[in-house]
Amino acid sequence: MAHEISFIFNGNAMKMNIEDHWTLLHLIREELGYTGTKEGCGSGECGACTVIVDDKAVNSCLYLAAEIDGKQLTTIEGLAAADGTLHPIQKSFVEKGGIQCGFCSPGMILSAKALLDKTPNASEIDIKEAIAGNLCRCTGYVQIIDSIKAVSGYGEDEPHVVAFKTDEGERGE
Amino acid sequence: MRQFTYLTPKTLDEAISLHVAHGESARYVAGGTDVLVKIKEGKFAPDYLISLKHIIGQDRPFLNQETGELYIGAFCTHGSIEQSPLVQHHYPIIHDAVKNIGSVQIRNVATIGGNLVNAVPSADGAIPLIVLDSKANIYGTKGQRSVDLQRFFLGPGQCDLEAGEILTEIVIPPPLPRTGSAYIKHGRREAMELPMLGVGVLLCLEEDMTTCAKARICLGVAAPTPFRALAAEKYLKGKTVDENNLTEAGRLAGQESKVRDSIRGVAWYRREMVGVLVKRMGLKALERAKERHK
Repeated sequence: MAHEISFIFNGNAMKMNIEDHWTLLHLIREELGYTGTKEGCGSGECGACTVIVDDKAVNSCLYLAAEIDGKQLTTIEGLAAADGTLHPIQKSFVEKGGIQCGFCSPGMILSAKALLDKTPNASEIDIKEAIAGNLCRCTGYVQIIDSIKAVSGYGEDEPHVVAFKTDEGERGE
Repeated sequence: MRQFTYLTPKTLDEAISLHVAHGESARYVAGGTDVLVKIKEGKFAPDYLISLKHIIGQDRPFLNQETGELYIGAFCTHGSIEQSPLVQHHYPIIHDAVKNIGSVQIRNVATIGGNLVNAVPSADGAIPLIVLDSKANIYGTKGQRSVDLQRFFLGPGQCDLEAGEILTEIVIPPPLPRTGSAYIKHGRREAMELPMLGVGVLLCLEEDMTTCAKARICLGVAAPTPFRALAAEKYLKGKTVDENNLTEAGRLAGQESKVRDSIRGVAWYRREMVGVLVKRMGLKALERAKERHK
């Protein structure tokens, strides 16, 4: 059955007709055409499909599109500023070698963002727990953890990451 | 994925009447992290999914001020239980278990009720709740009933729910004085792992703070359903809680458990580890009881 839902997609208000059985991953990739969100296992084990719904990281492969009604959705495409300036977490992944083949990167970065938005001074343990549900088959975990640590304010006075408020249009550091 | 109609009732009665109307072609769903996987695998083929997520008032733990009982709505996510100050402060054993279920992404969506009604031998959520003598409230066409959570599990994948009935909440008795409890999930790796063994221990002490007044030992993955180690509990009652007595209790628990060989671990190793972990959790429970009593 089809019905209409409204939601905020990367800061933009959307209204569209969806089918009840669509997953959020299907909605994002196949209907909206944003392919930064990846499908790995399709069963909640790998985290490649991680997106942020109302400040919480979720597996979009196990989340029904119908449930996004009235909520805010952030995908990897929503992180960089309109002029292409990368989000500080993205920049850190590039600088610290947190990216190898790149397949896990969108999920890793969104798990890191959900963590740092809530806990700007996340410790290494916090970081490891936050990305426990994201698999990297290149096994570059050390660089990924370093990338996130570099933008966490743990042990410092001022956190590096300024939380984005996509609903109010604020972007960048 | 297979096509289905997604229904979002706002009340329990509405959910139940939808189930009555659609019969076997309908299935309840809460977080969906198990149900959607099973639909994708072809194990479930519902025409209607009845969501329980939109039912009002069952989505966070709250304290009954009159009775002191903690109510955990069945549609609470593991994440909301993990972050509940009430749970962290009064029932750290529940926090021990829920913080290690799945990943952050799963815990943000999956519910405690879903974990329980799946009734898998490895359900991490069940063990601490049984250790705490919790009850399960169930609602159906015949009204509400309550069962001891321990009796809720009938076999692997089978629980005490009639067709159309809904597990609505878990009721946990007020914390006992001079009491501590702890849970450990034992596996080969720390993240994204089902337990090879789950061990929960509760110790309630006499006023001397050394003698055991009441013990609860519950094991996961040690039998087809969550398993109370009654001989070990009986052994501890009235004895001094120390390393020697906890070692013997652990040995008894290993002996009476019904561990078996499986892909995640072999029986002899599991039996040995029941002994080790019952003692370890017993010592942690003792430490927590003393901390709380200060």
